[in-house]
Amino acid sequence: MTAGTPGYVLLEDGSRYDGLLCGPETSGTGEVVFNTAMTGYQEAVTDPSYAGQVITFTYPMVGNYGVSEEAMESDRAHARGVIMREAKNGDDAATAEAGWLDWLADRGVWAITGVNTRALVRQIRERGAMRGGIFPAGLDPDEAADRVEAEPSMAGADFASRVTPPEPVEYPGDGPHVVAIDTGIKASIVGQLRERGCRLTLLPCASGPGVVLERDPDLIFLANGPGDPAAVDRVVATVRDLVGKRPLVGICLGHQLLCRAVGLETFKLPFGHRGSNHPVKDLETGVIEITSQNHGFAVRGPGGNERIEADEPVRWQTDFGEAILSHINLYDRTVEGLRLPEADAMTVQHHPEAGPGPRDSRHLFDRFLELAG
Amino acid sequence: MPRRDDIEKIMLIGSGPIVIGQAAEFDYSGVQACKVLLEEGYEVILVNSNPATIMTDPEFASRTYVEPLLPGPVAAIIEKERPDALLPTLGGQTALNLAMDLTADGTLEEFGVELIGANREAIVRAEDREVFRRVMSEAGIRIPWSLTVESVDQALGSLDEGGASLPAIIRPAFTMGGQGGGIAETREQLAEVVAKGIAASPIGQVLVEESVIGWGEFELEVMRDHNDNVVIICSIENLDPMGIHTGDSITVAPAQSLTDPVYQSLRDTAIKVIREVGVETGGSNVQFAVNPADGEIAVIEMNPRVSRSSALASKATGFPIAKMAAKLAVGYALEEIPNDITRATPASFEPTIDYVVTKIPRFAFEKFPGAEDSLSTYMQSVGEVMSIGRTFRESFAKAMASREIDSPAVIPDSTDQLLELLSVPTPARIDQILAAFARGVDEEEVHSRTGIDRWFLGELAALATEGDGTEGLDRIYNAVDTCAAEFEAATPYYYSSHERKGSPSEIRRGERPSVVILGAGPNRIGQGIEFDYCCVHAAMTARECGRDAVMVNCNPETVSTDYDTSDRLYFEPLTLEHVLAICDREQPEGVVVQFGGQTPLKLAQGLKEAGVPLLGTPVEAIDAAEDRAKFGALIDRLGIKPPPYGTALSAAEAEGIASGIGYPLLVRPSFVLGGRAMEICYSAEDLAGYLETHVKASPEHPLLLDRFLENAIEIDVDALCDGDEVFVAGIMQHVEEAGVHSGDSACVLPPMSIGEETLDEIKAATSAIAMELGVIGLINIQYGLAGGELYVIEANPRASRTVPFVSKAVGAPLAKIATRIMLGEKLPEQDLPGGNGAHVSVKEAVLPFSRFQGSDPVLGPEMKSTGEVIGIGPDFPTAFGKAQAAAGAALPESGTVFISVTDTDKAAATQLATRFHDLGFSVVATAGTAQAISRMGIPVKTIKKLGEGSPHVVDLIENRQCDLLINTPTGSGARIDGNEIRTSAIRHGIPCVTTLTGASAAGRAIAANLQGPGEVVSLQELHGG
Repeated sequence: MTAGTPGYVLLEDGSRYDGLLCGPETSGTGEVVFNTAMTGYQEAVTDPSYAGQVITFTYPMVGNYGVSEEAMESDRAHARGVIMREAKNGDDAATAEAGWLDWLADRGVWAITGVNTRALVRQIRERGAMRGGIFPAGLDPDEAADRVEAEPSMAGADFASRVTPPEPVEYPGDGPHVVAIDTGIKASIVGQLRERGCRLTLLPCASGPGVVLERDPDLIFLANGPGDPAAVDRVVATVRDLVGKRPLVGICLGHQLLCRAVGLETFKLPFGHRGSNHPVKDLETGVIEITSQNHGFAVRGPGGNERIEADEPVRWQTDFGEAILSHINLYDRTVEGLRLPEADAMTVQHHPEAGPGPRDSRHLFDRFLELAG
Repeated sequence: MPRRDDIEKIMLIGSGPIVIGQAAEFDYSGVQACKVLLEEGYEVILVNSNPATIMTDPEFASRTYVEPLLPGPVAAIIEKERPDALLPTLGGQTALNLAMDLTADGTLEEFGVELIGANREAIVRAEDREVFRRVMSEAGIRIPWSLTVESVDQALGSLDEGGASLPAIIRPAFTMGGQGGGIAETREQLAEVVAKGIAASPIGQVLVEESVIGWGEFELEVMRDHNDNVVIICSIENLDPMGIHTGDSITVAPAQSLTDPVYQSLRDTAIKVIREVGVETGGSNVQFAVNPADGEIAVIEMNPRVSRSSALASKATGFPIAKMAAKLAVGYALEEIPNDITRATPASFEPTIDYVVTKIPRFAFEKFPGAEDSLSTYMQSVGEVMSIGRTFRESFAKAMASREIDSPAVIPDSTDQLLELLSVPTPARIDQILAAFARGVDEEEVHSRTGIDRWFLGELAALATEGDGTEGLDRIYNAVDTCAAEFEAATPYYYSSHERKGSPSEIRRGERPSVVILGAGPNRIGQGIEFDYCCVHAAMTARECGRDAVMVNCNPETVSTDYDTSDRLYFEPLTLEHVLAICDREQPEGVVVQFGGQTPLKLAQGLKEAGVPLLGTPVEAIDAAEDRAKFGALIDRLGIKPPPYGTALSAAEAEGIASGIGYPLLVRPSFVLGGRAMEICYSAEDLAGYLETHVKASPEHPLLLDRFLENAIEIDVDALCDGDEVFVAGIMQHVEEAGVHSGDSACVLPPMSIGEETLDEIKAATSAIAMELGVIGLINIQYGLAGGELYVIEANPRASRTVPFVSKAVGAPLAKIATRIMLGEKLPEQDLPGGNGAHVSVKEAVLPFSRFQGSDPVLGPEMKSTGEVIGIGPDFPTAFGKAQAAAGAALPESGTVFISVTDTDKAAATQLATRFHDLGFSVVATAGTAQAISRMGIPVKTIKKLGEGSPHVVDLIENRQCDLLINTPTGSGARIDGNEIRTSAIRHGIPCVTTLTGASAAGRAIAANLQGPGEVVSLQELHGG
């Protein structure tokens, strides 16, 4: 399958980028974001944290090595659409099980290629992540604009409830029992925990504290996931009830939920962090790691500040004892990690599991499990 | 930790002359390092023997020594300067090896010099194959099986015992560009290649290694700081699979065919490698083989220093690796250094790019008749081009257009024959692959013959059948920003790409008028770093003169393509189409075409016709100098003689003209660079042979015939002209026999054996020609002095190869002054040197013959050298001795000297023999010369001439029974003998002097050496700077 009919991307600020639609003439809207990683397109699209979003890949050649079961970060595609400069559909790489565009079409992901993605990304960088959509050329731009306008804003959106499993999911293991509040957990996280021998239970994210504790966890895991952390205060309430009762760790959305649980606020980043090259510094050790990132919201410091200028860990008192801002992003000095030493809790904003992206921080899983005792 | 305050003075070693495997990229890295260290307030002591480098310009170091890169001279500099530290990782393998020598001989310890960047242990762990192998296997990193051997028997023994298997790869230890290595598929080949490798390795050691031919080849550029933070700057994928040296491979960045997990495994391994090797700070390059079938990874090698690949990675991503390496070496951590391009984010990150970069190597096999043009594990390319495009096809097509291939690849009409050719990797293979796809050959067929990854083949097939995908799109300019537009780029480094109509360009410019400087394109023999040097000077000067300097070039190895060099850098092919598109955006005050060699000159006419203003010498003057008839008439008006000449439009005409002019004759096609297909014909038979094998004279391709001035003294002059007056900046006398291309000939400034009257005549002729042509800027004129008569051989109204040498020798930046003149200033406003000073400068050429198997190392009118060195001393012999040593043929201090001279030189030969005898040398000579010598009572051994049977002189050389050759060949027969002697001498690295001037200088230089090392003097001291 090759790119066929003309189409366009329309953003809510009215900017328009023409291209060619891949596959059937579909159209749809979502939050248009960009990802700067040069590999890992399939992992991104199947990452539940991209629910409700349309991904612009800054790397121009997408699909070079096809798709494979191994690269799935969940059982399905979560991104609504993808915007590309030059899509490839070849399947002759040794590990390819299918072509990228065929696979997208099979999963109902809208795709457009031939787009000046760089211009689009610069627009998002200047104006912030925006609602937008992919439309066939035949669709009247006014009609398209109406549809974009009708798309709910990502701020305040609860997508976690849409991607959480309806029933608990269990993975056997001989090691510590990790119970996850599954707001959209990535397969790589499951894989990292299981690789370390963990027995793993994924609970629907509406599960209350009693349900979690009933499972007798050695470690509670707060998963990554999509949407605005401020929109899932029910889960935050659950977390508040759990902190201190059992060791607790989390990644990405899970980090934001713990932060909110200790009283920090979250805010929407102008255009998010999505890529495989962000430097994150552990303020406690001075070590800098290159990380995989995928988040549109971030945590404010205890003073309400978006940037953490200190080069030392920031410490303050919370209801759960001392809290430490343990990691920052060196690009924009936003919060990347929280530690509650007295409550045996720690979370990070970035993705130590990689998949896709660098694996510098995978050792954090060992630190997580040390808390499990 | 911020800047180290416990060190104040840092020594930096450059990479010496441009040779295959070590080119201008080390000037680029060295310049960055020098700038950083000076900015940081350190005293910088620079040593480099290559005058054509920007780094050896006096303003780039506190003290600059243009001395041979050998332990003796460098130790003398250390003793004089007492640096606190030595930074050895920015001058290629030369600097690294020299640092190891200075460690081993105790010099660094004696003078308390600390190695920074990489310590001795780390260098050994990376460079000693056996140690590297042990360290890697201890770390659990898979590397192909390998054995270190020091003899052929050892290698064959392992083969017999099953320790080794075939095919195997042979890599000599401590050599650059894999020189002396190769692939062995049979027992015989194993013996042969191992023997060659042992000879090439300075420690007589080679690694015999498992062949992973056909696996994918990848490189990662890694940086580490002293906090142990490690980042990957760039991944590079070789289009050509394992088996072809990466320097000879077409490469693409970033890696295209790797899945994220496989890429991350490479990344993890690269980080592990730099940590295990223990490179404390700086950049390293790790090469991998990846089995396409299962993603299995093996590490091939690691360079604990900046490299050709790191220069490419810097240009490809905008991340200045060498600059960062220098900062890390003096104590900074990555997080403490801002990203140059975004300025808002730190350097402790990994660049991500939103375009595709292609590098294609440039070869010069046509210069080396007889050399096999098949590619292997040792590097043979002489340059490279890089291009940037938004898609692979766009990028690749731009790179192909950047190559400036002299003659198109051979594409047989028969597709079967074409497919046959695909099985052997050669420079033309990529053209042949595209031709095959254009004929409908399927990808599997090409894959089975080339082993190239199917993804690339799919793209190449699309390129061949559908074009580069830019049809119907607008050309726009994007910025290279290290971050795929995530942050605003402050640095104006641009490339063109094609996007949908109405797409915006990112060019940012202020109100200042711009001057567009056209670069020299890929380095090649005849057009090398010297031209880039001039272009960089033009950019610096344009900025000083209140203009925006705009650089256009496609060569990633150069200083000109450092975004710091100009106000705007366009990394673009130097074709009329691309240059006009840039001029359309820039609307420049003018374009500089004088400095980039033939590359921009070829565009001059087209630019003029398109109404683009050119700066300096008008196109008509360039044409008048190139056109034989016009130029002949011009100098005739001035009363200046050329050697008798003619221009033939057919073979018959050529023969007629030849008999009119008389033999010997210099024959060549018109419009050539570096003397392509130029030959000396001694007879009508020679000429007939030339017409048969080389050039068919025709009206489209006229043939030039000149009387060859045998026994002439050849002279090169560089001068400046502002339209009103002329400044003769440098007069150089060739130290090589007449007939050797000026680029290959050693020369001395000031001239040694030319009288004042003749010098005045040369100056007058130069002034007259420059004024008559209407030169505004630089002109180079070559003269021959024969029988007391001065002849003009040729005039080139542009920057010549010798401009950097003259600039260093006389202490005046000629290209900068030329730029000011082109911008309207006059000579009297310039700071011009009064004379040549009390010192003497010698330039010597460096030749690449050992790289080309099967090619005769013969010098002639066609240029073959890749680089040059300078020797400066208080007198000619000292300077000559230094230049010889710097060029790798150090004069012996004892042993046997062979002397053979033409009859007219016999008297001088006896004096020479006396001198060498007094110095303790044994003298060997051919019969006639020996007779003259023995009459003086000097003991001399007679040896036969070539063709008189053994033992003759070549036997002497082959048996290493001779340490210095003095041979002044004249006439056809002697010249042929001379060539054989020289061939053999070069093969064995024995110095060979071909003029009496050179020979007497050699004698005196040896005498001086015997009295101990002379004083080392920096350029700053020399020129009172």
